[in-house]
Amino acid sequence: MHAIWIIAKRELASFFDSLIAYIMLILFLGFSGFFTWLFGSNIFYTGQASLQAFFNVAYWTLFFFIPALTMRSLAEERKTGTIELLLTKAITDREVVWGKFLSTLLLVAIALLFTIPYIITVAKLGNLDIGQTLCGYFGLLLMSAAYTGIGIFASSLTANQIVAFLGALFIGLFFHIIFGVLSDSLTGWPGHVLEILSLSTHFKSMARGVLDSRDLIYFLSLAFLGLLLAEFSLTKRSIA
Amino acid sequence: MQIRIEHLSKHYATQAAVNDISFEVGTGEILGFLGPNGAGKSTSMKMITGYIGIGGGDIFIGEKSVRQHSDELKKYIGYLPENNPLYLDMPVMDYLAFCARLQGVPTERITDRLREMIRVCGLNAEKHKKIGELSKGYRQRVGLAQAMIHDPEILILDEPTTGLDPNQIVEIRQLIRDLGKAKTVILSTHILPEVEATCDRILIINKGKIVANGTAETLRQKASGSEILKVRIEEGDPQAIVSGLKSLPSIKEVQVLDGASSRFEIHGVSGSTAKKDIFHSCVAHGWVLSELIPVETRLEDIFRNLTLN
Repeated sequence: MHAIWIIAKRELASFFDSLIAYIMLILFLGFSGFFTWLFGSNIFYTGQASLQAFFNVAYWTLFFFIPALTMRSLAEERKTGTIELLLTKAITDREVVWGKFLSTLLLVAIALLFTIPYIITVAKLGNLDIGQTLCGYFGLLLMSAAYTGIGIFASSLTANQIVAFLGALFIGLFFHIIFGVLSDSLTGWPGHVLEILSLSTHFKSMARGVLDSRDLIYFLSLAFLGLLLAEFSLTKRSIA
Repeated sequence: MQIRIEHLSKHYATQAAVNDISFEVGTGEILGFLGPNGAGKSTSMKMITGYIGIGGGDIFIGEKSVRQHSDELKKYIGYLPENNPLYLDMPVMDYLAFCARLQGVPTERITDRLREMIRVCGLNAEKHKKIGELSKGYRQRVGLAQAMIHDPEILILDEPTTGLDPNQIVEIRQLIRDLGKAKTVILSTHILPEVEATCDRILIINKGKIVANGTAETLRQKASGSEILKVRIEEGDPQAIVSGLKSLPSIKEVQVLDGASSRFEIHGVSGSTAKKDIFHSCVAHGWVLSELIPVETRLEDIFRNLTLN
C-alpha cells in the first residue's frame, strides 16, 4: 500500500510538472462549462434545478480525456526503459499498476472538485436534490475508474503512446456506446447481456440518483479487470 | 551475500541468449563480466535482478532462490541497467528520494542517505537540476547513486563507466573497489583494462556460455601456457646464440627478432622458467645479456582468442 502511494505521488507530481494536468483541467472545465451553461440543451433548458446536463457532458469529456491521461503511464516507461528500473525496485508489478491508476483517478477527482461552483450555482437557482447530485458525481468517479483501468491496460500493451490512446478509446467505445446501441436492436438474451455490459445504462441510473450495488459492481469490476490485465501484461516479461 | 548461479539458461524463440552457465560470487568480491555484444551479459544480469524470468536453472542469493523469492530479494540488490534509463523530468534530489522510498529506506534515514550519495557520486553542484539537463556522465552518476541509495548487499552494474570522462572513470572505479570490499558486485563492461583495474575475478562469456573464469593472472597463464621472453644478447654470433639457447632444456623455441640489434624471442617450456638458464648460458659463452623482458599476454588477446572462435 505504501509503495502504491509513493508511485501515485510521483505520477501526480509529473502530471503537474509536465503541464498535462493544467491542460487537462482547463480543457475539461472549458468543455463541460461551455456545454453545461452556454450551448445546446444546457442547464437552463431543462427548467429544473439539476446537474443532469453537466453529467451528460462530463460523460463524454471524461471518455476522451482519461485515455489521454493514461496513455503515457506505462507506454512511456517502456519506451524510455525506466520500467526496468522501476520493476527491479523492492516493489511488485501490482503496486506499480495501482500507483499509476490512483494518480490518474486523483487527477480526475481534482478536476471534478473544480466543478463544485456548479453545484453552488444551481443550488442557489432552485431546489437542488443534493443526494441525486452526489450520486451523479460518484457515478462520474466510478466511470473514470473503469476507463482508467482500461486506459492503463492499453498503455501496458505498447511502447507507443498514440497506440495506447487509440487502443483505450477503441476498447472504451464498446462500453460507452456500441454495446448500448446493439442491445437496442437485439432481442432476447443477447440484447439483455449487452445491456448489462453497456456502461451508459449503469451511468444513467446513477446520474438519476439511483445507487444500485449492481452498478457499483459493474464499474469496479471493469476497473479491476483492466488493472489485472495490465499487471498480467507487465508480468508476462518474466514468464519464460 | 553470496550469489550462486546454477545451470542458468534463457531462450528467446529458438535462440539461446544464455546457455547453461554456472558460477558463484561471494561477499567482498567484484566479478567482471566480459563478453562481446550479444553474448548474454545483460540477459544474465536481468535475470539476477528479477526483471526477466529465469529460463532454465536457478539463481540463489544468500541461499534463497530468485525463482521463488524474487520480490523479497529485490531490496538487497542495487541495479544500474545498461543505457541508464532515468526520469528526465525529475530533479536529481527528488528522483533519489523517490528511489530511496521505493526501496524501503526508513523516512528518517533518507536525508542522510541522499547526502551520502550526493557526496560519493560528486553530484553536489547538480543536485537541484532536472536529470534531463545533465550531461551523460552526470546522468551515469545519478544512475549509480540510485543503485546504491539503499546501501544494498549486492550491486549489479551493467556497463557502469560508459559516458564518463577519464577522471570520472578513475573515481567511479575507486568507488566500486571500495564498495566491493564489503559487498558483492557484478559489473559488465567492454573495457578490458577496466576489469583488470577493478575486478577480483573475470568471467568471459560468449554465445551464452562461459569460456573463461578466473583472475587476470590465471587467464593469462591458461591462454599462453608458457613463458615468453624478449631478450637482447650482444657480443655474439646470432646463429650461435640461437643454437646455444635452443639446446637448453627449459627453452622450446628461439626466434631472431632483429639480427642487427641481436634481439630474440624465447618461448619456454610450459611450467618452468628459463630466465636463470639464459643467464648462466650467456655467462658461459661470454655473451652480454643486456635486456630480458617477460612478455605478458594482453587481456585483449585472450579475449579475442576466446570469443572469436
